[in-house]
Amino acid sequence: MAEAHEVDKRLDPWNDPHATPYIRIQNVTKKFGDFTAVNNVSLDIYKNELFCLLGGSGCGKSTLLRMLAGFETPTVGTIYIDDVDMGSIAPYDRPVNMMFQSYALFPHMTVENNIAFGLKQDKEPAAEITKRVADMLELVQLTPFAKRKPHQLSGGQRQRVALARALVKKPKVLLLDEPLGALDKKLREETQFELVNIQEETGVTFIVVTHDQSEAMTLSSRIGVMNEGQIVQTGTPTEIYEYPNSRFVADFIGSVNIFEGRIIEDDPDHVRIESDEAGCPLYIDHGVTASPGARVWVAVRPEKIQLSRDKPNGEDNCTIGTIEEIAYMGDLSIYRVELDTGKRVRVTMPNLVRGTSDRYTWDERIHLSWQASNAVVLMT
Amino acid sequence: MSRKAYITLGDRITAATDLVSQSSWWGQIQTWVEVLLTRLGLRGQGLVVAIPYLWLLLFFLIPFAFVLKISLAEAVIARPPYTALIEWTEDAFIDIKLNIANYLFLLQDDLYWKAYLNSVKVALISTAVCLFIGYPMAYSMARANPAWRNVLLMLVILPFWTSFLLRVYAWIGILKNNGVINNILLAFGIIDEPIVMMQTNFAVYVGIVYSYLPFMILPLYANLERLDNTLLEAAADLGCRPIKAFFSITLPLSIPGIIAGSLLVFIPAVGEFVIPALLGGPDTLMIGRVLWDEFFANRDWPVASAVAIAILLLLIIPIMVFQRFQAKEAEAGTA
Amino acid sequence: MNKNRSMFLISGLAFGFAFLYIPILSLIIFSFNESKLVTVWAGFSTKWYGELLRNEQILDAAWLSIRIAVINACFAVALGTLAGFALARLGRFRGRTLLTGMVTAPLVMPEVITGLSLLLLFVAMQDLIGWPAGRGVTTITIAHITFSMAYVAIIIQSRLSSVDESVEEAALDLGARPAKVFFLITLPIIAPALISGWLLSFTMSLDDLVIASFVSGPGSSTLPMVVFSKVRLGVSPEINALATIIVLLVAVGITIAGITLNRQEKRRQRDMQMAVAANE
Repeated sequence: MAEAHEVDKRLDPWNDPHATPYIRIQNVTKKFGDFTAVNNVSLDIYKNELFCLLGGSGCGKSTLLRMLAGFETPTVGTIYIDDVDMGSIAPYDRPVNMMFQSYALFPHMTVENNIAFGLKQDKEPAAEITKRVADMLELVQLTPFAKRKPHQLSGGQRQRVALARALVKKPKVLLLDEPLGALDKKLREETQFELVNIQEETGVTFIVVTHDQSEAMTLSSRIGVMNEGQIVQTGTPTEIYEYPNSRFVADFIGSVNIFEGRIIEDDPDHVRIESDEAGCPLYIDHGVTASPGARVWVAVRPEKIQLSRDKPNGEDNCTIGTIEEIAYMGDLSIYRVELDTGKRVRVTMPNLVRGTSDRYTWDERIHLSWQASNAVVLMT
Repeated sequence: MSRKAYITLGDRITAATDLVSQSSWWGQIQTWVEVLLTRLGLRGQGLVVAIPYLWLLLFFLIPFAFVLKISLAEAVIARPPYTALIEWTEDAFIDIKLNIANYLFLLQDDLYWKAYLNSVKVALISTAVCLFIGYPMAYSMARANPAWRNVLLMLVILPFWTSFLLRVYAWIGILKNNGVINNILLAFGIIDEPIVMMQTNFAVYVGIVYSYLPFMILPLYANLERLDNTLLEAAADLGCRPIKAFFSITLPLSIPGIIAGSLLVFIPAVGEFVIPALLGGPDTLMIGRVLWDEFFANRDWPVASAVAIAILLLLIIPIMVFQRFQAKEAEAGTA
Repeated sequence: MNKNRSMFLISGLAFGFAFLYIPILSLIIFSFNESKLVTVWAGFSTKWYGELLRNEQILDAAWLSIRIAVINACFAVALGTLAGFALARLGRFRGRTLLTGMVTAPLVMPEVITGLSLLLLFVAMQDLIGWPAGRGVTTITIAHITFSMAYVAIIIQSRLSSVDESVEEAALDLGARPAKVFFLITLPIIAPALISGWLLSFTMSLDDLVIASFVSGPGSSTLPMVVFSKVRLGVSPEINALATIIVLLVAVGITIAGITLNRQEKRRQRDMQMAVAANE
């Protein structure tokens, strides 16, 4: 695929061929009996990153995280953290701490003792422990709750204790398993930003497992999308959203309209595709490496499509249909349009003005169009 | 065993012990144990498994091998009162004498057959009665309000913690000719002659049902308490009357509880000894009591062992079913 | 709620509990009977309690039984905890099925069979290695540990299954070695189960007649064995007195346990409400 987007290589270590990755996962496979949970995954993660493993349930993301923590051993493959092979290192000797999905707070210990537990295992001096626990309590704003036991805390407070307990040992890597999964929606949004702030403040490398795409988008420096034990795409949130490399990723992140078609013209700077589903020639301003006649898919995000009553100029990327359904969401409206080809397309438009009388309505004939740069060709 | 065999065997043992004591034998043993444990796939945490495992192997499983072995021996007046199966003959061959006479004896004497079948009958009927009494109790407990539930549960468990023997004994005072029931009935003039209840099959049924009732109630209660009430609400919402909802929802879902409870009553009841011994009459034949008498009264260990094997053969399937159930419950708990 | 139906349920419950408790009540009432005939009332008296306390044979047997029960309970809890831990936490190790079998079978195995098989083992062991020398307290204790530990294992296993395994993983992750995790995290969390396992083992040992009869030797008659030999000959008011004392002890114990549990539960709920309120 041709380079279609420019990125700033100076700021992003993953685009710098000379940068050394902090965590190297090499050809890791994990099998449970006949079931392959993680299938030949290789992944480099750099220092200070907030990396998200994103995928549906059973995609292997949690198994991968547990292998990093040392609770599972890879069937095949190696994991290096800061250039040390983790193969023979037990969980209790790894420079890695984990925040569990269930928080896994020790029910019989106070907040203070929960946080101090890890430091006590390292036989730190008592004064040092007291100081660091106090600092941590400060950081997660739980100082008044130091003497409480876990069952005396609310969900959000427990989440912060779990975070503090995992961070207090200053691990090289912090693993977070669905860190916001147990919180309600509003609290989750607040906590997302808090988590990013804490990551920036402490400088610890975070690896977050989540199934929530919006969470992954807001939190991470990069996302690794997993499916059936494999990493199907790695990239920044923008890359993943705007340039998905497969129908799976395009469909998994956000919503998308996909038209099946055949390549009829493939030049370095553009590609032209014929699609019965779209009902018009599709023109995309980046080249692909495929032979003419190959079957491909073109993905267009709903918000990238324009609706208009008048026919726009040109033939490419321009089709017609009838509005079938309208869902008013407040900030935007979702239109479902049935194209004349029978294909249903989803279009979103922001409601910029209040109470317009000139809105598109049910059963209206409507033209759909998008720019050549707003669609992506997918080979799989 | 012949003298010659003794001597050769003795020599070998001496030689072997010498060898061991010459080497640093303790280290040797440690290495062996380690090799053995590693062979068995045990390291570190493996010891956690190994200790209870070996204990149960030695004191629970292996003893059955001895029961089997002695059931094939002959009774003699000696200490211990049975013959050896394996003997060293003059020319150092091993002579194995298997004696199935004990089993033939059990088959021929209809006393054993009667006891065997009667035990099954008594256990089956008692299980049914326990279910009949226990199910409504467990059901009402599970449907009672939560504050009451714990009190009722405690009331079911309390007798279980008091002496089983003494609770059986209590029935003697109630059932005997000048016992509580007869005294009351006589005092009210309902009967003129005391009803004979002690030393009858009836007394045995009462004793077994009474003693094992908590074993029926507890698994049933645990099952019924878990039943999601919204299922019944959904059934009612869909137009199902309460009685019908009970038979089409509650009862089918409580089958695991019924099976677990029934097995917990049936299996031990088959081999019950104390209850028939205290409440039953001389003609109340139950196989557990027969075993006891063979062992303690007749001192015929081989026949007692053969009886034990016969009971085990009968119970092996129910016991395995029970284990499958327990394992499933445990798995469900984990998930 | 249907009135007939709840009446039916309540009467079922009442009948059931009457059936469970009337025998126990009658034991208690007649323990205060003046007459030796036990069931023929002849006035209130506590003389049988005095007789009981002067009965050397019963007192000795009781003391022996209590000693065995205490040792048994301690060993059974230790071994049963290991077994329960292995079953709940160590995944699919080799021989797991057999261990599960050996842990569940003693719960239902008829006592006469367990008793006989253990006796034959002890006799054979004495022949082979000279230990245990004869039958007595040691053999009774071993026998009791064997079936008690099975109960403990089941209790511990089910308790551990309900404890989130990631709590232990968190401790590992924070640098504690497995043995330390067990003592610092696992044991405190399952402490209530350990206590109930101990008490259950104690009670069952104290209660066992059949197995002890098989594996006991001369001079090691436990309390149930003495009681059995007495009640076989008919009712005896001293035994009623003994039963009353046992029932009383158990009832007091269970009531205290129940009240404590109830209180803890209430405090827990209050704490939780407080936490929710504090958060808003």
